[in-house]
Amino acid sequence: MSDADGRRSKAAHIRRLLETEGDAVEENTIGFNRGRYESVADLEDYEELKSEARAIKENAIERLPELIDELTATVEDNGGTVYLADDAADANRYIREVASEKDADRLVKSKSMTTEELEVNEALEADGVDVVETDLGEWVLQVADEAPSHIVAPAIHRSEADIARLFNERFNPEEPLETAEELTAFARERLGRLIREADVGMTGANFITADSGTIALVTSEGNARKSAVVPDTHVAVAGVEKIVPSVEDLSPFIELIGRSGTGQDITSYISLLTPPVESPVVDVDEPDVAFADRDDDREFHLVLIDNGRMAMREDDQLRETLYCIRCSACANSCANFQSVGGHAFGGETYSGGIATGWEAGVHGYDSAAEFNDFCTGCSRCVNQCPVKIDIPWINTVVRDRLNRGGEAGQFEFLVEGLTPDEEPGGIDLQKRLFGNYEALAKLGSATAPVSNWLAAAGPARTVLERVAGVDSRRELPEFKRETLRDWFESRGSRVDAADAKREVVLYPDTYTNHVDVDRGKAAVRVLEALDVRVRIPAVPESGRAPLSQGMIDTADERASRVYAALAEHIDAGRDVVVVEPSDLAMFRREYEKLLPEASFERLREGSYEVLEYVYGLLENGADADALGGADAEIAYHSHCQQRTLGLEPYTTTVLEEVGYDVLESDVECCGMAGSFGYKSEYYELSVDVGDRLREQFTEPEARDRIVAASGTSCEDQLGSLLERDAVHPVELLDPRRRSGR
Amino acid sequence: MTVDVQTTRERFEESLADLEVPVTRTEPTDLESTLEEIVREPVIGTPLEFDAVSLPNWIDDAPTPATLEAATTSVTSASLGIADYGSVVLPARPDGSEQVSLFPELHVPILRESDLVPDMPTAIDRLGPVLRDGGSAILATGPSATADMGALVRGAHGPKAVHVVLLEDGETDE
Repeated sequence: MSDADGRRSKAAHIRRLLETEGDAVEENTIGFNRGRYESVADLEDYEELKSEARAIKENAIERLPELIDELTATVEDNGGTVYLADDAADANRYIREVASEKDADRLVKSKSMTTEELEVNEALEADGVDVVETDLGEWVLQVADEAPSHIVAPAIHRSEADIARLFNERFNPEEPLETAEELTAFARERLGRLIREADVGMTGANFITADSGTIALVTSEGNARKSAVVPDTHVAVAGVEKIVPSVEDLSPFIELIGRSGTGQDITSYISLLTPPVESPVVDVDEPDVAFADRDDDREFHLVLIDNGRMAMREDDQLRETLYCIRCSACANSCANFQSVGGHAFGGETYSGGIATGWEAGVHGYDSAAEFNDFCTGCSRCVNQCPVKIDIPWINTVVRDRLNRGGEAGQFEFLVEGLTPDEEPGGIDLQKRLFGNYEALAKLGSATAPVSNWLAAAGPARTVLERVAGVDSRRELPEFKRETLRDWFESRGSRVDAADAKREVVLYPDTYTNHVDVDRGKAAVRVLEALDVRVRIPAVPESGRAPLSQGMIDTADERASRVYAALAEHIDAGRDVVVVEPSDLAMFRREYEKLLPEASFERLREGSYEVLEYVYGLLENGADADALGGADAEIAYHSHCQQRTLGLEPYTTTVLEEVGYDVLESDVECCGMAGSFGYKSEYYELSVDVGDRLREQFTEPEARDRIVAASGTSCEDQLGSLLERDAVHPVELLDPRRRSGR
Repeated sequence: MTVDVQTTRERFEESLADLEVPVTRTEPTDLESTLEEIVREPVIGTPLEFDAVSLPNWIDDAPTPATLEAATTSVTSASLGIADYGSVVLPARPDGSEQVSLFPELHVPILRESDLVPDMPTAIDRLGPVLRDGGSAILATGPSATADMGALVRGAHGPKAVHVVLLEDGETDE
């Protein structure tokens, strides 16, 4: 398939999901999310709990071989069996043996993604074992013969009416089922009977404690308890990464997992089963024997799965994936996932943000490649992860590895030698185009306005779309002939060194320098109005553009050059002020991975987002009256990475201080996400995500407000969604905007 | 926040109120009459693990698979209550208390005020030795529930309702 065909078919798949499953996924994930924000707000020590949880996982994965041995000894002392399976086939062979030794006709199973990973149902069914999913969501999917679309709420994409239709068709009940209550009662009754007559019960495990051999199961329905305890044989299947050292280590996870997942403070049941359990078997063949009079000989098998995990543990980048507690917070907080769900944003088994790491580790890079690009690196999931995994970084690393494994493209000869990146040949042309945006912008400015006419012309757009997948429905940014640096060089500083309160380097990011020069000029005037002397030296692009395409080597090289260009200024006591939040996020987050530690720390400490800097100046006595401001109403959309860094309150506070009435958006993302919204395969998804923002900003209380956004791509997206231009907040502070306040 | 000045019991009751789980405080001597008002027949239970009180004799305390299926209410003892969450800790025992607490429509856990702990870390610290000794327990918070059928429904595979009975310590009330 050609690249263009591939993009078209991907776009068609996304369109189909947006139409069929999008609404249900959106409603449910946003509901989970809202619950999470409320629930974690009640935790006084949320950050501390996350750090504690992460430390436990780091330690457990570090000590994993030793913990496997300890757990094995503990379970065997308790009277159970442990089998350490190399891969899915090995695990399934063992499980089939257990079922066959029990002459099992039926196995009841509570929800477990690990068994999905093994495809254990298919393996057992091949032997004639009737495998019944007892989790209601999983059972719906089993009846419908579908794969889960979410790791916690597998049938999240199906509505009540959908399920009613499915059950009525499949089971033909006397009275047609309609409500969620009726559907639940029907399922409970039917599954209850199947559980009573089961020979083997199978569960996963959310955590396993090495010191006691306890299986911790986080559930709300009660089916895991029934599946584990009603039959006399219990098989628990878990990845080796589920082991924690001791019972006491469970505490932070119990407090975090429900909140992080569905937004409940705690799920109805946290089962702490130390098998073989003392509970008596519920034996339908002996209905009148009192439980207390039974003397059961229970059987317990713990099947621990490697299936790529021990290799992930050795991989410095994928290792963090093993800290994942499968809570789904990264999926729920992901704007793209909210629109398409796990049937697009997922691989063979796992879905959502962290799924790229899981799929690359357990199923290989081909599976991860299917959906890796859905991660835009917006970083909204980073603060939501209860074990503080840098999920966008894992996705970037996998993208980089995918780039390197790619076949040489047919247009390679066009770009090899022309592009100033550090990447090997073979990388997708679309990625290379967006990754080299700086080179494009330089050329664009140098040849403007011709470059803009050319780019806007029909034939050029058609070629751009066909060759590089740049969607022709998007307006392209217009390059300015006079860059911000050109303008500043001829204008010069308006604050004398002698009078200056502070001296700053205004970072000329590619977009501000070449496209939105006005916001750069506004930034200069705002800083100068507060007695700050400004310099705008030549500093290369931050590396954000190549990094977003998975071109880590190029980003790494850019980071070194940026640091080299700024280090002298930082040494001289100048502050670095950044207009574009995604570039500041590079300095404060991603550079940790790209620069020596000391360099990273110095740049991080010395750089500020422009409104954060203005806030600091005002706090330190600068005069807000020198700024522009008005008694006007603003609808403000912050920026994903800016919010991850906790910076948006500075903007709203400063805007309010100069007189604006600010209404802030609360959607996860605008959907544009840098280059994402320009890509033809993702254009419709980008618009669908943006629709949540459009809706909020077209409500009566917002629709007449001035629209402001901190990010370049947010501005572009708002501009096209609302058909009114958005401005950067610094433009609202421009002294030229001063009015009679 | 008023948590600091709140007693553990008040916090526990408040958490249960948030879960819409009723709680009845009772003197050990009034347990029988309290239960009479709460339960719906047929009712089963397992012997209480407390010295001072036992189940009234009209509650079947030797359940079988057949009576488990038929029962509407179950009464079992809980070993701990966790104030921050309104959770009760249900130990799994050879007499079937785990299943008994799960199958019927209404579960009535009975616990002593002296077994209330403020928070999750304290509860887990108490459970550590029990689990290392081979024990099992369920931290149960409210009734069973599911959202898998398109809306929140109580009583998925387990009880639709929970009613907590709190045995007073006999100390003077504040």
